[in-house]
Amino acid sequence: MSEKIKFTIDGKEIEAEKGQLLVEVAAENGIYIPVLCHWKGVHPAGSCRICTVKINGRFMASCTTPVDANMVVESNTPEIQDLRKAIIEMLFVEGNHFCPSCEKSGDCDLQGLGYRYQMMVPRFPYAFERRELEASTPKIFLEKNRCIFCKRCVRMIKDEEGRSYFAFKGRGKHLEINLDTKLAEHMSEENARLAMKICPVGAILRKEVGFETPIGKRKYDHVPIGSEIENLQN
Amino acid sequence: MSKPIVATASLAGCFGCHMSVLDIDDRILQLIELVDFNKSPITDIKTFTQPCDIGIIEGGCCNSENIEVLKDFRKNCKILISLGECAIMGGLPAMRNGIPVRECLEEAYFGGVTVRDNTERIIPNDEELPIILDKVYPLHEIVKIDYFLPGCPPRADLIWEAVVALVTGNELKIPYELIKFD
Repeated sequence: MSEKIKFTIDGKEIEAEKGQLLVEVAAENGIYIPVLCHWKGVHPAGSCRICTVKINGRFMASCTTPVDANMVVESNTPEIQDLRKAIIEMLFVEGNHFCPSCEKSGDCDLQGLGYRYQMMVPRFPYAFERRELEASTPKIFLEKNRCIFCKRCVRMIKDEEGRSYFAFKGRGKHLEINLDTKLAEHMSEENARLAMKICPVGAILRKEVGFETPIGKRKYDHVPIGSEIENLQN
Repeated sequence: MSKPIVATASLAGCFGCHMSVLDIDDRILQLIELVDFNKSPITDIKTFTQPCDIGIIEGGCCNSENIEVLKDFRKNCKILISLGECAIMGGLPAMRNGIPVRECLEEAYFGGVTVRDNTERIIPNDEELPIILDKVYPLHEIVKIDYFLPGCPPRADLIWEAVVALVTGNELKIPYELIKFD
């Protein structure tokens, strides 16, 4: 039996098993900490930083932090909220996110966070970098304009031999997501579906199924992202 | 007390945001009780005839004329509102950003599938025509903008609530469903 510990999030006392990931413990207790790169059960990457909280006065990513006894976690404070909003805005200006023309619109986690944090306009100037669309494989499009480098696809979408379909290329400003087009020739329907589902933005889209859900019935049309976690307790 | 005066314009936009203004339906009768309109496609007044309180602009800046109109609005309006995605981030016209202007023009006038009979390979370049900018700019990257109303188009209810709050001085509380980027 693993050790039970107690700590607080925004003053609320939480009991958990020592070593569990903070973001997951919070979710189990009805506290929503936003994520873009984290996926439960997958080794955390800590790449998007949207789950940043303050632990004992220091900024930490809650998807890579195991819980420990007596931790004092601040999450829903004006300071953290603004920091998260700034990250959302940075992601919006860094890529080319044209929501009106995106098939993922309404079901997009990044956009959902923009709504939740009421982003009216980013505080940073738009970069408008030119990026390419990889459309040569039969099952999916890879829209590099929209990639936020969460690395979910790299970590999760693999063929039966364990080879990744996706990979990062370059460093820093030149970093880009790439698709192994040869391997993707034979991507299964199941993998294509999963890839589109886990992509938090509209960078991975299945071919031949655009705009399936009408406006008004999409994931974030009526309720903010995170509602499913916050409603756990009610 | 005289009514606040509103001016509107569409720059590099599709007029969808203006359509959304009209989508307030019969509240338009209340609107004309609340405000007067000056320069606007709705009134067809082409130039400012008096200083205005609120300027509402849809569309981004894609050419020199857009910049001139925008600066004219800044000069003549106390408050400027960016209305819709194009005004806020360039919108669909900004999908050309990152592609050199020459490449865009060559696609439009030489290589595009709808081009015919341009055997002399002419790109229109009359001095009467506004100069196309290197990219489409959000309004707030050209002049100071006071408020932003996102959406493509912004929901009629959002426009209504925002204008009423501004005119009456009441606090604006925006329901979740009114902020959309599409």
